[in-house]
Amino acid sequence: MRRVRAAAAPYLLALPAWIWFAIFFVVPIAAMASVSLTTGNLLEGFQQTFSVSNYAKAVGQYHTQLIRSLIYGGIATLIMLVLAYPMAYWIAFKGGRRKSMYLFLLLLPFFVSFVLRTISWGFLLADDGILFGPLKSAGLLPADFHVLATDVAVIGGLVYNFLPFMVLPIYVALERVDPRVVEAAYDLYASRLAAFRRVVLPLSLPGVFAGVLMTFVPATADPVNARILGGTGNTMIGNIIQTEYLTNNDYPTASALSFTLMAVLLVGIFVYARSLGTENVLEAAAR
Amino acid sequence: MHHLSTSPAFLRGMTQSRSVSRRDVFRLAGLSAAGLALSACGVQGQQKAAPKPSEVAGFWAGKQKNGKVVFANWPEYMPEDRGPLKKFEQETGIKVEYLEVIEENASFFGKAEPQLRAGQPLGYDIIVMTNGTQFAKMQALGYLVALDHKQLPNFAANAGAKYKNPAYDPNNTYSIPYTSGMTGIAYNTKYVKDPIKSIQALFDPKYKGKVGMMADSQEIANYGLLALGVAPEQSTKADWDKAAAMLQKQREDGIVRKYYDQDYIDAVSKGDVWLTMGWSGDVFQRQLAGEPVAFMVPEEGGTIWTDNMMIPKGAANPVDALMLMDYLYKPEIAAELTEYIQYVTPVPAVKDLLSTKAAGLKGEDKEALEAMIESPLIFPTEADYAKLHTYVTPSTPAEQEAFESMFQAVTQG
Amino acid sequence: MRGRLGDRLLHVYTWLIIAWLTAPIAVMILFGFNDKQSKSNTSWQGFTLRWYGELFADGSLTGALVNSLQIAVISTILTTVIGTLLGLALGRYRFRGKGASNFLVFAAISTPELVMGASLLSLFVSGNTPRGLLTITIAHVLFSLSFVVVTVRARVVGLDPSLEEAARDLGAGTWTTFRLVTLPAIMPAVFAGALLAFALSIDDYVVTSFVNGSTLTFPLWIIGSVKVGIPPQVNVMGTLIFGIGVAIAVGNAIASRRRT
Repeated sequence: MRRVRAAAAPYLLALPAWIWFAIFFVVPIAAMASVSLTTGNLLEGFQQTFSVSNYAKAVGQYHTQLIRSLIYGGIATLIMLVLAYPMAYWIAFKGGRRKSMYLFLLLLPFFVSFVLRTISWGFLLADDGILFGPLKSAGLLPADFHVLATDVAVIGGLVYNFLPFMVLPIYVALERVDPRVVEAAYDLYASRLAAFRRVVLPLSLPGVFAGVLMTFVPATADPVNARILGGTGNTMIGNIIQTEYLTNNDYPTASALSFTLMAVLLVGIFVYARSLGTENVLEAAAR
Repeated sequence: MHHLSTSPAFLRGMTQSRSVSRRDVFRLAGLSAAGLALSACGVQGQQKAAPKPSEVAGFWAGKQKNGKVVFANWPEYMPEDRGPLKKFEQETGIKVEYLEVIEENASFFGKAEPQLRAGQPLGYDIIVMTNGTQFAKMQALGYLVALDHKQLPNFAANAGAKYKNPAYDPNNTYSIPYTSGMTGIAYNTKYVKDPIKSIQALFDPKYKGKVGMMADSQEIANYGLLALGVAPEQSTKADWDKAAAMLQKQREDGIVRKYYDQDYIDAVSKGDVWLTMGWSGDVFQRQLAGEPVAFMVPEEGGTIWTDNMMIPKGAANPVDALMLMDYLYKPEIAAELTEYIQYVTPVPAVKDLLSTKAAGLKGEDKEALEAMIESPLIFPTEADYAKLHTYVTPSTPAEQEAFESMFQAVTQG
Repeated sequence: MRGRLGDRLLHVYTWLIIAWLTAPIAVMILFGFNDKQSKSNTSWQGFTLRWYGELFADGSLTGALVNSLQIAVISTILTTVIGTLLGLALGRYRFRGKGASNFLVFAAISTPELVMGASLLSLFVSGNTPRGLLTITIAHVLFSLSFVVVTVRARVVGLDPSLEEAARDLGAGTWTTFRLVTLPAIMPAVFAGALLAFALSIDDYVVTSFVNGSTLTFPLWIIGSVKVGIPPQVNVMGTLIFGIGVAIAVGNAIASRRRT
């Protein structure tokens, strides 16, 4: 009896999520996939032609924005990794009893609507605002210096908005490591760096993998930061999908673009997992 | 038939009932009053032929008031105390459920479209949409209820001639205006010392990196066309090509800082951009706040748009909806709305009503109201109207796609 | 001893990052006190407490905030439970459908929000499900689920299973083992996942805008008022949310000090 239950355990654990995914994700996304294989327009109707022309259009017409998005997402993810790791490390090993307080403070700004956060950033970073205005008057910055409406602003916005999604999983992975093990390692190895590389880093890799997954993927698909913080020539693929869907009501092209993006991201994550030395991309976190 | 659309008057003649009604008299009055009335503009687009009067009558026959109406509108389009709606409830006994759920035409339509296509009601009896692409699609797809103008006496009596029989909805078959506004040039007077007169300022290299343009294809196309000296409502595909090329060059020369959706006004009032395409009401509100922004309609012309009330297919309470729409055309009610919304009202009598009210006020309140009455952004003169154009309206789905992709290549490249 | 300086630097660094993340909140709080004279609230015009007094003057705004909080709380609880279970399964067991589950988790994260919203709307329309609080909550559970799963899985992987085995050998039932051994071990991840789910839910705009019917949430209400100017009450409400959050954090820190 006990063995039967043990064998059934993973299925019972997974069942609620499976049901949720099956009804609310697989069914509608499959419908979307079939839309991506139709042709026509809203006024005259769409016909199921199983033509891949929408994919050709998606790649042909919008490869610039797609590549740009991958670059922005990739750079932002790297910056997040560099920024997040030390913080996660410190909270996990030195946060003591206040660990959850730090995590909570880290997330708290995100309980307030992104519109308010963005408007506030606009106020702070205005060309002649409270930060740059005085510096320009003092001659420390050239008069035409600006941050808003540049690719720096877009990538900065991505980093700002997704950083907690990098910190939390790394923290979660590090936190289970006994700090005494780390101390012992530091005593054992010749250098702190070696100790870190051989003991701490490997233990944190599942967290790093999770963090990259949870930041690179949504950051690359994000439409908000480019729209609000970007200028000309910073349009990302998420914006294009919105335009095709909402403005042009070209549902087939919007769907095809989305699936193209998802496929590219899957490949990207696969390559990344390989470079971490795992054989199966989807099992990467389990190594 | 649509290929004959170079002559809107001809088209209207083809689709319109021949009997001269009171509305037609108003329309003719409007045409003669202004050199360029709204009703004279526009290519009719892919609209289905207007429904026959018998069909309209058939729909409305036997429909009764239900004592309830759901009104979906844009935020801050109704005084916070909901005064006009409360008065309507008292006078008619109809309960109004007022919802501020429309934030953008494209996203509203994108959400409504699948529901309307499936034949499901949206749950709203009145919705408000701008005279743009999405409104045209609503008409073309048959998602709107043709209005019974017999039940709109206040509209007939009080709406300004310019707000009747617009090109985007001949005979007001499906809609009556809620409020109008202009697209002109907003500029920051701290940085731009000489008053701006010409649309060419947006293309002037001396403002390199400090110019804002709108991301919406119809908005930006109009400005490209006007800069070329082409009237948008008469433009052809060849004109669009030239306009798009000109706008592309403006972008490549680094003159444009950003293509804005709705957030240009903060940018110009802070000085992130010095001048930008903008909407009249936004600027007026910033002026009230003492911010250094000015607004003008370029001498080459500007754009006028109208947010319209309409009844979506499947609405549960169409008669109550008509009653409320008509009620908002009572001059005293329209005045209350205008005072709050601060855009252009379709009811001309509002100006006199507000002047009378201002005469009875004192101090700051009086000054504020007088400033509003004097503002050409809220009460444009005939000369102002004469410079205003409506949006380009492509006439076939293929043309629509070509139009959008031409200008999206500029704004989203 | 060697690590002291480094630790101190990292401590300062952690607070710097928190300060950076919180910087715009300071501006938001400030403008909740702005004595603005027109509809726009973007330039400083003097100090007032008026907006605190008139906090609930706009019923629709209050209603939107209440909706958002309800949705966030319910969807966070649901997501955390369902997601933790799947995270456990994926991190601990080998089973049929594991690859597919991993793939679904990945696919759900990588689906652009707009596509998720639009496809859910189609589903609800064809199922004739009335749009409102229920459909918004369903959607929020869907898009935050993967984040909880991934976070929990990162914790479970590499946890020593021998503790659980020991507990069972001592005669503890499945539930007892889970409650006394497994859950405490993964609790930090469950907590982190819940935080992420809450933040994702209360801040969501795109997906919600498709499946909300005529129900408004806090972000939807704010976006709608951007065009004409966000009323300072919005800042005040944001300030209160933030203030309550800080109070909880501080209270928690004090409580934990007492326990020591």
